[in-house]
Amino acid sequence: MKQLLILSGKGGSGKTTVAGALIRLFEARACADCDVDAPNLHLILKYDGTEERKDYFGLPKARIDEGTCTMCGLCSEMCRFDAVNVGITTTVDARVCEGCGLCEVICPVGAIEMRPAVAGDIRLFTDPEKGIFSTAQLRVGNGTSGLLVTEVKKQMVKAGGGEELAIIDGSPGIGCPVIASISGVDMVLIVAEPSVSGLSDMERILDTAKGLKAHSVVCVNKADLNARLTKRIRERCEEREVPYIGEIPYDPEAVKAVNRGLTLADADSPAGDAVRDIFGRVEELLFGETA
Amino acid sequence: MNIAVLSGKGGTGKTMVSVNLAKVAGTSAYVDCDVEEPNGHLYLKPKEVVSEEVSVLVPRSDPDKCDGCRECIEFCRFNAMVYTLDRVKVFNEMCHSCGGCAVICPQEAITEHPRAIGRVESGISGDVHVRTGVMDVGEVAGLPIIARLLQNPSVSEEDLTFIDCPPGSSCSVMESIKDADFCVLVTEPTIFGAHNLDVVVELSRAFNKPFGVILNKDIEGEANPSEEYCSERNIPVLGRIPFDRELSDITSEARIASEESAEFREMFRKILDNILEMTA
Repeated sequence: MKQLLILSGKGGSGKTTVAGALIRLFEARACADCDVDAPNLHLILKYDGTEERKDYFGLPKARIDEGTCTMCGLCSEMCRFDAVNVGITTTVDARVCEGCGLCEVICPVGAIEMRPAVAGDIRLFTDPEKGIFSTAQLRVGNGTSGLLVTEVKKQMVKAGGGEELAIIDGSPGIGCPVIASISGVDMVLIVAEPSVSGLSDMERILDTAKGLKAHSVVCVNKADLNARLTKRIRERCEEREVPYIGEIPYDPEAVKAVNRGLTLADADSPAGDAVRDIFGRVEELLFGETA
Repeated sequence: MNIAVLSGKGGTGKTMVSVNLAKVAGTSAYVDCDVEEPNGHLYLKPKEVVSEEVSVLVPRSDPDKCDGCRECIEFCRFNAMVYTLDRVKVFNEMCHSCGGCAVICPQEAITEHPRAIGRVESGISGDVHVRTGVMDVGEVAGLPIIARLLQNPSVSEEDLTFIDCPPGSSCSVMESIKDADFCVLVTEPTIFGAHNLDVVVELSRAFNKPFGVILNKDIEGEANPSEEYCSERNIPVLGRIPFDRELSDITSEARIASEESAEFREMFRKILDNILEMTA
């Protein structure tokens, strides 16, 4: 199975829009949304068929037994995350507890226990026509998004391992969920935005992907909104020897299509044409000239 | 007073809103907590920049003292340690710096050492004190940089501090809004924007923060799913920023709209007044 991951560094440059269009054009039968903080791909993919939903357990959280606790305060003193507060009773702020378990080990009276905690849910859609789609939503107030991303990808590979191609929508940034999503993919398609911010963010995501030895290619979305920066991005790709595979023009029709739950691939417009060209380039790069 | 600007979805205009609000607020502070992709400094171009390194503590095991009991490895829930070739090896990027392994090692073989993960840059842009967190490429978690950014306020309490948050709703956003007095939620007129707005509304509520919404990239006469979301739930709208070619041009070049036109200055001034009214 070849894996294509869509990233951008900067948020809002059009990852999900491009991912949705490529899924449609490739007729990709294995897909995943790794933006577990703010997943959106399901809004345009619309899977029928079955939906399996499981609780996702992140790291356990400390729980203090009030009856046993002597209020000595050692746990609070030793906790590097300031998660334990000694007031009228000793309490744990589950939102900041990272689950290291130190308090459990050092409590002189054994009043602390690490308890499993649901940190989100992970879903698998199986559609006889469209294939499988793995996605998740991290619960508000949880932080282990990298682990959940790994689970989403594992689920996708397990359910759709026999498919030829998997398309994965990633999250913005360059940190833990992004790094988790890059592991094992065959190509990273970076959707860049033609702005000073977008250029800076593209450089950082390219550096991140390079550090992980991933193969990156770049396209620019809303390219005509700033021709100068689109040109600059193209030049930077040439300098960095990163394949530059296309430009999608800004298209108000695209916004409307997305709001109607359609993809860019369904649009009979310049943006639709551009994304079909990008599809051709990606196909060529992933599967070779003969594909 | 601390005003956090967040959005759930990326690219809705957090940074554009934050820098413009800081500029119309007079003496103020702008703190860029999007340490993975910091962009506010590109707009504000701060001068007299002072950079300080941010490091975290990571363990090191002394092979002469280690007797191979592996208690540290069993303890570490982050799988940051393995025992190989007769010694403990640490995967620094996996380590959460809890310090537990050093505490529990029966041989006292483990000591902790600082490891740089990024930096905080402080400078000045007119009346705006600018602080930017920058995570080193390849690092996984910028939380300690955000904590450092917010440790020492650069303006007095009467002045406003604008906290430009990372996208999403996970740990780094929570750290960024922890000490905020008010949350400004920036959204766009798409189903994606509305869907992710719901997440940050929930987050603001979970932290008991008062909040209001800015409808960015609004197109008059077009459906706005985020606006519908707000009106259905009686969520206060602080202002509306139209989708405007001039504003988009200025912003894509990382220039500051409120400094270039009286019309935009007035628009951000009104939004700021609405925020101040809600926090009064």
